[in-house]
Amino acid sequence: MRVQEARMGLKEKLKREKLFILSLFLGFFLVVFVAITLGNLFYKQAEDFSGLIAAATDPVVLKSIGISISMALVSTLIAFFFGVPLAYFLARKDFIGKSIIEGIVDVPLMIPHVVAGIALYGVFMRYGMIGAPLRKLGIVITDAYPGIVIAMLFMSLPYLVDTAREGFKKVDPRLENVARSLGASHWRTFREITFPLAFPSILSGAILSWGRAISEFSAVLILAYHPISAPILIYEKFTSFGLAASRPISVLLISICLVIFIMLRVLQRRSK
Amino acid sequence: MIEVRDLYKDWKEFALKDINLAIERGEYFVILGPTGAGKTLLLETIAGFYIPDRGEVWIEGDDVTILPPERRRVGFIYQDYSLFPHLNVEQNIKFGLKLKKSSTPDTNRKSVKEIMDWLSISHLANRYPATLSGGEQQKVAIARAVAIEPSILLLDEPLSALDLRTKDYLREELKRVKEEFGITMVHVTHDQTEALVLADRIAVMMKGRIMQVGTPHEIFNKPLNEELADFVGIENVLRGVVRNNVKGIAEIEVDTGGTIFAVSEYPAEAVKVLIRPEDIILSESRGVSSARNVMIGRITELQDIGPLTRVKMDIGRSELVALITKQSRESLRLRKGDEVCATFKATSVHVVR
Repeated sequence: MRVQEARMGLKEKLKREKLFILSLFLGFFLVVFVAITLGNLFYKQAEDFSGLIAAATDPVVLKSIGISISMALVSTLIAFFFGVPLAYFLARKDFIGKSIIEGIVDVPLMIPHVVAGIALYGVFMRYGMIGAPLRKLGIVITDAYPGIVIAMLFMSLPYLVDTAREGFKKVDPRLENVARSLGASHWRTFREITFPLAFPSILSGAILSWGRAISEFSAVLILAYHPISAPILIYEKFTSFGLAASRPISVLLISICLVIFIMLRVLQRRSK
Repeated sequence: MIEVRDLYKDWKEFALKDINLAIERGEYFVILGPTGAGKTLLLETIAGFYIPDRGEVWIEGDDVTILPPERRRVGFIYQDYSLFPHLNVEQNIKFGLKLKKSSTPDTNRKSVKEIMDWLSISHLANRYPATLSGGEQQKVAIARAVAIEPSILLLDEPLSALDLRTKDYLREELKRVKEEFGITMVHVTHDQTEALVLADRIAVMMKGRIMQVGTPHEIFNKPLNEELADFVGIENVLRGVVRNNVKGIAEIEVDTGGTIFAVSEYPAEAVKVLIRPEDIILSESRGVSSARNVMIGRITELQDIGPLTRVKMDIGRSELVALITKQSRESLRLRKGDEVCATFKATSVHVVR
């Protein structure tokens, strides 16, 4: 193999790999686009290291990042609890109006986030369809933690449902049939066969959904400006004090998320 | 004992129509049919994966039509083995045991280890399905199914994905399973050799219907109609009219000219005459033969298939196909255009309406 490769001249090698080289060349632009943008952010921040330290020790900043990450986690858990059953049902059953339901689930992917925020506000504000009865029970949604979670959930649920659905579809129904014939009930078959086999996809969907929730800005802005979450704090600093004030928080948020997501991806690869 | 009564089921592009079957306890029953006949759907409906649109399924004297699959004690084996990829061999085999309520004291039950030894797969216990060959995977699937001691084993094309040698070997293993555990086997296949070798009885299924049920001999030699004859490889079909019938020997005037004698009860009427190609003997001249039927034909085609030669002859207004050994082809020095004598016994002729 190696010997044969060595015999080939560079020109021949390039000729054989033409399409790959073209693909790499074009794809490279995208990588550079992202890398330059983020790299510049980090590079500029490195010049102002004390600013970064100041941000990292500022309780307001830390609290906002904590809110973003933990509320996104709550939103993902809720999406998981309701979304996994929905994904399982959509993957296994055909029925009239199925594409309507799938369409509804995917709507948040298509509409501007501000629009979603306004729509959510209309329903969950204190006089809204759901907001009013909840307020009677003493639960306030807008400008409170539940508001953040609801805005995040709305924007991120398609990622979990769609990915989990594809994961369930990949599990051969014949495996479930065999499990049933071996005496396992429908529920045990789901628990011991279907769910474990679809789990890598579900986890992948959960990671995407969580990431999307952390980064949600517009919808959260409208539904719950306070308690202040990281993207909103960053925006506030940017409009009031400019780039230099907002950048360290951005760098901090990106760094923390990057570490978490890399860890999750490693975990996911192991579970496969 | 399995009984299927007046069963109908529509599922996607498949349909089962008016299925009636009675499969005896301890029987090796093969459902034979071309691809798309609905064989798998029938098997899956017996297993309880689908509820029939109409009709009933009875197992061991109980109506199980709407009983969920986990309560039927029916083992199921698919063509692609369907092992659980996230469990190792031993965990796969134990899957059903873990779930089975062991309230009934089964002193005779074979342990997982015994079953694995018996199928010689013990050395694979800790391996995962993806690392096994097709034959090994199918043995694990068999072990997993028999571990729960089912009264019935349903097999959906269990050997079709395997190479020839493994296929032969596993065929013997399946026979062994039936003998050792006394399980009723219902085996679906499109492979006629498989059906012939394994079956106590065969049901031929076409387009969602059971066309004929019988012993392998009946299925392959006495098909009920021309379509079935064609399916089991009886290539020679001649049209004729029964002119006379003396003591069960029918004298049939065929439309190619001449008369054929056949063992048949048919009285005077229009019939079709079926002859298997391998039942036809070729010779250079009429000679002396105990066979009552002789036809003269001109060779139009010679085709070698393995150790055999397929000889196509023009017998005037129709053609006749014979299957002879390469050796007899050489000793007869057959060539295209030669005139030959085709003889066959009256007992080799099957008559249908």
